[in-house]
Parts: sequence; structure tokens; C-alpha cells
Amino acid sequence: MSLQVSDLRVYYRTLAGDVQALDGATFSIADKEIMGLAGESGCGKSTLGNSLIRLDGRMKYVAGSVTLDGNSLPVWDNDGMNEFRFRDVSVIPQYAMSAMNPTRKIGTMIAELLESRGESYKEIRPELMRRIDLVGLQPDVLSRYPIELSGGMKQRMVMVISTLLDPSLLIADEITSALDVSTQRAVAETLVSFRDHGFVKSMMVITHDVSILYQTADTILIMYAGKLAEKAPTKTIIEDPRHPYTRMLISSLPEVGVRYANKKLSGIPGSPPALLNPPTGCRFRARCPLAFDKCAEEPPFIEIAGDHSVACWKATRADA
Amino acid sequence: MLSLNRVSKSYKVGTFGGKELVAVRDVSFDVDEGEVVSLIGESGSGKTTIGKMILKLVEISRGSITCDGTDVAGIHGGAVKAYYRHVQGVFQDPFSSYNPIFKADRVFSMIRSEYFADMARSEWSDKIEAALRAVTLEPDQVLNKYPHQLSGGQLQRLLVARALLLDLKFLVADEIISMLDASTRIDVLNLLADLKSRGMGILFITHDLSLGNYISEKTVILRRGAIVEMGATEKVFGNPTHPYTKVLITSVPQLHKKWADVEAEIRARGGDDSGTCLFHQAYPPTAGPAAADAPTLVKVEDDHYVGCFDLGQGICRVA
Repeated sequence: MSLQVSDLRVYYRTLAGDVQALDGATFSIADKEIMGLAGESGCGKSTLGNSLIRLDGRMKYVAGSVTLDGNSLPVWDNDGMNEFRFRDVSVIPQYAMSAMNPTRKIGTMIAELLESRGESYKEIRPELMRRIDLVGLQPDVLSRYPIELSGGMKQRMVMVISTLLDPSLLIADEITSALDVSTQRAVAETLVSFRDHGFVKSMMVITHDVSILYQTADTILIMYAGKLAEKAPTKTIIEDPRHPYTRMLISSLPEVGVRYANKKLSGIPGSPPALLNPPTGCRFRARCPLAFDKCAEEPPFIEIAGDHSVACWKATRADA
Repeated sequence: MLSLNRVSKSYKVGTFGGKELVAVRDVSFDVDEGEVVSLIGESGSGKTTIGKMILKLVEISRGSITCDGTDVAGIHGGAVKAYYRHVQGVFQDPFSSYNPIFKADRVFSMIRSEYFADMARSEWSDKIEAALRAVTLEPDQVLNKYPHQLSGGQLQRLLVARALLLDLKFLVADEIISMLDASTRIDVLNLLADLKSRGMGILFITHDLSLGNYISEKTVILRRGAIVEMGATEKVFGNPTHPYTKVLITSVPQLHKKWADVEAEIRARGGDDSGTCLFHQAYPPTAGPAAADAPTLVKVEDDHYVGCFDLGQGICRVA
């Protein structure tokens, strides 16, 4: 078991009170697993990703524990996490275009980065060159400045840098969102190849685009309003989702081949609740067509079949 | 209704404007009443520039755009206001389309002071209510609110409602879905389809092929400012001819088909792309000076056109 998160709660401090952006997340990612994390904006998916690598000043750790390869990660302790960052947990930020130091040549920047972690640039350089070649960049990128590279090239360079020390967990936050379709595909396929080459053990891919997860991820975790809604293998989430939110989300996605004239899709009426004072019970209740009295109580996130967990009173075990 | 005839746009760049950057070259297509045309291209392909030329926000370098027979470039002075009564645009980022200091419904009062200054107050509020209902918004939920109090989907629909207050015939929708969440974007898309069925012409500019495919009758694929393929949506998507279109279609992440499967499917159907391209088969470059008058696109089947494969990349091997 590579990553184990249990009951993680992270709130944002505001003058009006705590915004409960991540409210009790319990899940695990296995070795060699690419887990996709999807949901609408404001559902807490980036908060979950960030809390595993770095809590910024506004974020407040409330409860929960994170274990990576048997070691407990001190996610509440900014300095304590330094030991794990880059080496064990690494991140590909959303804006790779601005993730590199513009005043340094890329090679110099990597050397400085490695030295700050007590690694030798000289020893790692052959492996670095091999990976630069693997993602289709020229060896001379190391003597260039970031400004000389195109967006897609910078994205690939950042991917190589992030995974240079073979981290156990890689968090990729919306890395394909700002790219054109053809570049998007290349980046997504590079991610999968990194896993296949063993550069990273397991991966968490955060995106709002479920169809890109269908192409790359092994399992998908759907979040809604700060809580986990459903987690299952990719095929199950797409073809047989059990949570009403997942069902409505999947059925609202237009695909190549679906035409308005033939099949009119519909969105989900209403909007997600504010997380400053979230409603009690199931948070999807107000928009859910299946809601009934019991939804005033919060549904537990339980396994209803092998590897398939759902937080909904209506989704029950097949044998129950 | 709206027709582009070999429209080009070039910018002067470099020191003293010594170089020319061609953003749009020789683009021709029509949008009829009650028709959605999707204009698909990557960033920098010139799709937004085309929208802006239609809206008279950018001057046309060569060629002409006509709306109901009137040359758009020739509209000056007071006539511009009348043009905007029929042709309006909605843009990508709903959050920056509003002035955050004022309430969101100020966009309505600005329309009133420009176009409907004489209208009675009650008549005006009825009109606003009708426009809001048309975009499925509840008036009391959106009126009298500041932009930050509304969601992106609500703001975007308010902008469409603003356009509907006018006697609208043509809408340029430039990436209006991109900033919205999956659960609300389909509602805005259905709204466009609803406007279409009421006889409006819509130019739907997007980089997302699945959205374009869902809503439009006609698809125009743009690359580096030139049309590479266009025609009826089901023909362009069902039988892509240009290699660039094939790359785009195989790269779209789909929900029930893996990338490799889509690629194999298209390869099985479409033979190889070597040899002279379809365009140069029909118009050999040896034809001499007359070639300059050749159309930019060749008909491959009914309602399906394709441009030269090459675009300076050496894919097309002219014998």
C-alpha cells in the first residue's frame, strides 16, 4: 500500500469562519496506481492535492493522518515535510510555464535544486539526459533559459525535473487543462510512461476533465463539496457509477459522436453548497433527484463492492 | 446571412513594422439563419481574430465580410450602432467581462440607455424578465447582485440575455463554455441550441471538438489562420480527410474509447496520406498564373471541403 490517507480535514481560515474545503477524506493509492481525482471547481480536489505536499498560510490542518510507504507524513509541519518533498512526494504544478526560475539556465537551476537536497548533479546527469531524450527534448535544453522553450516543452521539462529523484507519489494538478488537444494527449501519455518506466511509484492526477482520466487513470475518485463521493476503477466509474452525482456528471459530458439533434444532454440543476457553513447530511441532497428523508444524515463512504466505495444511502451492496 | 469572402488579417510586427504576421489567410465560409457553425482551432490559429473581425473590433486586411448583403467594413458612424443591434458577441471569461465595482445588471441598463431610452420602465422590466427566462435564469436570483455573488454560468448566461435584449440575428460565441464547470456547461450549450432553433445564426468558436460536434451543423477547422477542412459536422468528424483533422480527432480524450482504438479506427478507414494532396490533385501548381485564382478549398464530397495538406510543412509532396 503506497499511500494511505485517513480522515484528512483541511480548512481555510477566513474572517467569516472556517471554509471546510476538505472534510474527512479516507482513501488509499496502491503501488503502480494512477488515481484520477475529479470534481467541479471548489470541490476541494486541489486542496487535497496541496495538503499532501504543502499547506499554504491560509490552510489549516484540522485532523487526519497520511502514511506513505509505511512512514507517517507530517503534513501539518511545513519544515518536517521538507525531508519528504521532491524525494518522496513531488508535484507538477498547474502552471508549468511559470514554474521554472526565469533567471537561471535550466541546467544550472536543476544543479542548484539537487544540491539543496544533498544530491550530486554529476551523478544524476546521465539519468537526466536519458529522461530528457525520452520526453523528446534536445539535450541542449539544459543550456537554455525557460523563456526559450514553448509551453509544451516547458511542461515536459518540469515533468522530468519533478520526477528526477524517483518519488513515491507524484501529484499532477490540472497539468493538461491549459494545453491544446494534441499537446494534451502527448503530456498525458508521458505521465503514463513515467509510471511504466518506474520513475514514480504512484500518481494522483487532479483534473476537471473526466474524459482525460478515462484515457490515463486506473482508478477515479470523485469529490463533491469537500467530501469524497465515489471511488472505483475507471471502467466502473464511467460505465456503472452508483453515486447520483457521478451519474449526472458523466451523463452531462458531450462526447465526439453525441449530437444535440440526436441526444439532448442535460446539466445538473442548482449549484454546489457554500463550504463556509455547509449543510448537514449529504451535501448533494439539494440537487439530488433521489434524495429522501435519510439524506439528512450524512452517508458514510463505504465499500459496496470490491474496490468500489460510495457515499450515498441509495447505493447499497449488491448482496445486502 | 453572414458571409466571409477570402478574409485575411495581417499584423505589422518587428521594428518599424518591417515584418508581416498573417493571423488569418483567405478564409471563406457562410453562416445561415438558424445555423450553428463551429470554428475549431488550437491557440494562435486565428479563430478569435475572425470573431473580432465580424464584430468590427479588428479591421479586415483583405477580403470582405458581408451581413445580409451589407459590407461590414463599410459600416461607419451611426450605422455601427444599428449593426450591433443585430450582431453581438459573448466572450470567454465571464468574470472579466463585468466591472466588479458595479452590479452585474448594469450591462442591461447600458443597453437601455443606448438603444431603448424611450421605453417605459414597466415595459423594460418585462423585456428583461423575458430575456432572463429565455436563458433559464430566475430574475430575483441574478438582478441587483454584484458579479462576485454570481457563478460563472450565471454571469455567462446574463451576457447572452443582454444580447437577447437587442433584435439579435447573429451571435459570436467565443469560447463561452471553456471557463464553466462540467455540470453547468451543458446548460449554456443547450441554450445556444435553443437560440438556433429560433432562427439565430451562431458562430461557435472553440478548441474543444466534442462541444463543437455536439451543437453545430457545420464545422470549420482552422490551422495557422487557414481553413484546412470544413463541411457538414458529421462529414468532417465521420470522415476526416486532412491529416491535421485526423490528429485532432485522435487526440480528443473520449469517454468510452481509448486513444489507441480511435487511431486504429481512422487508420483502417482512411488509407495513407503520402503522395500529392487532394488539393493539388485538383489544382496542379503547374497550371500557372491561373492558380492564384484557385479556390482555397477543394470539394471532396457533398458539403465537405479540404485545403492543401502542406501549409509549409512538407507533408504534401507535389510531383
